[in-house]
Amino acid sequence: MFIAPALLGFVVFYLYPTIRGFYFSMTQYNILGTPKWIGFDNFARIGKDPLFWNALWVTIEYVALNIGFQTVIALVLAVLMQRLTKSTVLRGALLLPWLISNVIAAMVWFWLLDYQIGLVNQFLEWTGLSRIAFFGDEFWAIPTVAFVNVWRHMGYTALLVFAGLQTIPRYVYEAASIDGSSEWSSFWRMTLPLLRPVLAMILVITVTGSFQVFDTVAVTTRGGPVNVTRVIQYYIYQKGFAEGQFGYASALSVVLFLILAVMAALQLRLLRAGESDLA
Amino acid sequence: MSRSTRTKAGAAVAAFAALTLSLTACAGETTPSASGSAGGQAAGEISYWLWDSNQKPVYQQCADAFAAANPSVKVNITQYSWDDYWTNVTNGFVAGTAPDVFTNHLSKYPEFVTQGQLEPLDEYLAADGVKTDVYQKGLADLWVAQDGKRYGLPKDFDTVAIFYNKAVLKDAGVAEADLQKLTWNPTDGGTYEKMIAHLTLDANGKRGDEAGFDKSRVKVYGLGLDGGSGGGNGQTQWSMYSGTTGWTVTDKNPWGTAYNYDKPEFQGTIAWMRSLIEKGYMPSLESVTGQSSADIFGAGKYAMITNGSWMINQMFSYKGVETGLAPTPIGPSGKRSSMYNGLADSVWVGSKNKAAAVKWVEFLGSAACQDLVGKSGVVFPAIPSGTDAASAAFAAKGIDVASSFLVHVTDGTTFLFPITDNASQVTNLMTPAVDAVFTGKARADSLTAVNEQVNALFTG
Repeated sequence: MFIAPALLGFVVFYLYPTIRGFYFSMTQYNILGTPKWIGFDNFARIGKDPLFWNALWVTIEYVALNIGFQTVIALVLAVLMQRLTKSTVLRGALLLPWLISNVIAAMVWFWLLDYQIGLVNQFLEWTGLSRIAFFGDEFWAIPTVAFVNVWRHMGYTALLVFAGLQTIPRYVYEAASIDGSSEWSSFWRMTLPLLRPVLAMILVITVTGSFQVFDTVAVTTRGGPVNVTRVIQYYIYQKGFAEGQFGYASALSVVLFLILAVMAALQLRLLRAGESDLA
Repeated sequence: MSRSTRTKAGAAVAAFAALTLSLTACAGETTPSASGSAGGQAAGEISYWLWDSNQKPVYQQCADAFAAANPSVKVNITQYSWDDYWTNVTNGFVAGTAPDVFTNHLSKYPEFVTQGQLEPLDEYLAADGVKTDVYQKGLADLWVAQDGKRYGLPKDFDTVAIFYNKAVLKDAGVAEADLQKLTWNPTDGGTYEKMIAHLTLDANGKRGDEAGFDKSRVKVYGLGLDGGSGGGNGQTQWSMYSGTTGWTVTDKNPWGTAYNYDKPEFQGTIAWMRSLIEKGYMPSLESVTGQSSADIFGAGKYAMITNGSWMINQMFSYKGVETGLAPTPIGPSGKRSSMYNGLADSVWVGSKNKAAAVKWVEFLGSAACQDLVGKSGVVFPAIPSGTDAASAAFAAKGIDVASSFLVHVTDGTTFLFPITDNASQVTNLMTPAVDAVFTGKARADSLTAVNEQVNALFTG
């Protein structure tokens, strides 16, 4: 009874659109016409679509960079927050980037990193290095988009890790220090293993979110130059909202859904997220 | 030129991934349109949308004038920025909340006609005795679709010209008058390229046409590049050059069914653009990705940029930069050339108050409203008296549009914005392909193969 509002919301805003999405993926459908059933034709087309494979590869590159850096930095920040300071102001400050909307964060970094008038490039030139077209260069574009989102999300991820750290009882550390364990080995032998269930959950959430990167690309590079930042979500948007191919866009979404579902299941299983080493 | 989802919630994995699906699945079914009756008494409230915030005040003046003549009708004006505008219009079609009347664009309207979302205006106009031959030549024809019906009344148009930085010219010892008679060709770029080279300045103070010019450390580029390669129409990037070679974008316009991206005239123009980047006279595509050339011009980093008349007021508003105007160069045809893009107001087929909506469109298309718009000095209205009023209004601000933007209309050197079906698919094919030539990843002749893909859209 008490879950009725949440259940209703879930059915209306998630379940129903999802099922409809599956249905549209089997149709040829431009938003204003009638969907025409074509079975698995859209999926066959995806298999042969070089832009889809390019988008998938670009997205994986982005996720690897984004999650790699974000997780390591967040872990370091969280441990520092726990071991070095009790200041809530400082802890709060780490969250600031996350409070800025994605679009604003992307725009601010876009101008800071601009090739011609950006502060960062003026600094680079001042130090004698050559300017870098961060958002435009084939090599730098994806790392740059990944960096902007690492900057925005690391504080929040750190907070999640920090919450995980709080669940590790103090007596474990006290016992370790009596046994002469250094800070460094305590981290590797106790903190990290005991954090595993929390880290697993964080990874599932961040990897899933990371695969759906869209706004940073939409307000800066728009997929270009050529196809180097055309991430999968942006490709779906283009096919659906720009070209009106909602059937094909839905099919692309289903493929992304399957990839994410498999990845999430694998992560949870490999990291044994359901059990803790604390017992 | 043209050019959103957020939220990352921490929820169950299934709900998370489902978000992806609902993004594309939020499209519902078409709402059957209410049938309006022609010639009925106009009364009630209607909604009107436009995308240019600079124009909202003057259209409010038009709405006030309209209200004075039709006291029983109230017009509510809403403005959305370009990117949100088209998403909102499309969503409105689906949800049944689209505006009664909205500003329409040539790159969008063919698809709206195909989708049956626009109300044909012919019967209403005939009944009210409204003439469509009062506009600048060619503009009214753009809004007659392949079915022979009219889906819009012209409101304003734009052409392209060169904006230059007066201080940069002075430093280079170039007289402003020298920019008025430049010639261009795709082989060596003519006197136009010589000018661009001379106006380019590196960090050591060497100019682009001097020995020892360092193209890796350019301080001021002779010519700016507007945010990318311009894709398949290059409106503000290269259309003013390709138009002087005798090349046309499509086999016929409007409603062509074959594109000409395989022709040497077009590929030569694109190759020449690439050569400017290689020589260091124009910034690389990589360095301008996502930018607006106007912003960089405003920061004093460009001597000249090519841009459209809708940018005039912004281009003349930069503090510390004195801006001048020149016409685009004369090409191999012996003439200048400019893309001629016309906007119109259209009535949504689902409007609940078509009688009032049509009356408002007729008023927007009349000299009464367009002269008001002209006097505000923001855009060029489609009715000649309105165009003249705009020219005078700009002149009063010290901006000479007559010899730069309007010279194309006076001399008849405009060509129409290419109108075809499948416009957005053509754009999504051509943008990466032309980008690749600009970045040097592909040769200009690679566009021949892309042209085959483009034309396959029309035969398949």
